[in-house]
Amino acid sequence: MEPYPKAYLYRRIVQAKRLMDERFMEPIDGELISGEAAFSQSHFIRLFKQVYGVVPRTYLSDLRLERARQLLDDGVSVTEACFTVGFRSLPTFSRAFKRRTGSAPAAYRAARAERARHMAAEPMEHIPSCYAIWLGWPQMRDPG
Amino acid sequence: MIARITHLSVYVLDQDRALDFYVGKLGFKKHTDIPMHGGGRWLTVTAPEQPELEVALMPTTPWGTWTAENAATMRGLVEQGLFGFAAFKCTDVRATYEELSAKGVEFPMPPTQQPFGIIAVLKDDSGNTFSLSELEPKKRTR
Repeated sequence: MEPYPKAYLYRRIVQAKRLMDERFMEPIDGELISGEAAFSQSHFIRLFKQVYGVVPRTYLSDLRLERARQLLDDGVSVTEACFTVGFRSLPTFSRAFKRRTGSAPAAYRAARAERARHMAAEPMEHIPSCYAIWLGWPQMRDPG
Repeated sequence: MIARITHLSVYVLDQDRALDFYVGKLGFKKHTDIPMHGGGRWLTVTAPEQPELEVALMPTTPWGTWTAENAATMRGLVEQGLFGFAAFKCTDVRATYEELSAKGVEFPMPPTQQPFGIIAVLKDDSGNTFSLSELEPKKRTR
């Protein structure tokens, strides 16, 4: 028995979303994605937007940019992050990244590296003092 | 005048496992992760569209001002689902339910139509429960 009306439709949309979640770094296209949901492309795009508020292409791009952000956090180079997550052009990646985060990839990477350095050197500055004092945490930094 | 909430605490039974759950299943982002002396760890995550509110995944182990008795009491409450309850918003409750169920998230209450809208209730890996309801379309940021 279906738990709610039209559950099967949701399952098909979610199945296509999960395909993007799992394979976003591969060169997947709209046909493959809508095929996963067993809908025509135009019908799928309309339903996907209704459910998630964005069209599938935007969702896929957001996934790639988010993964790129994580790679830059880990110190991966801008070029490697760009091509690893499935962008084919560095300028296109840089523009999209800046539009999403407000920073160019290189500037973002440098700022995150600086944050990581500062966090290692002064960890208590990254923990709200109120928490630390109330819970008795001052001077409890891990000596490493 | 109080203006904003910047941090909230969710007490968890295992911080590593909770991080996997909140990031890997719910789609939160890791914000800060600082190991502390004595086995403690300051670990926060943020909801995908709310980077300004950090959710601290707090340990339930004897540490800082917490005695072994305090920690055991808290663990018992969390395990029984008696301590944490909060509310999440999503774009679509049914789709979120389908997706998270497929990832193994437990729902004590599947999507249910109420007079005020559709809601579901999910449980995290520690036992904390959260309601799930829908954002009004105009408040969606994406």
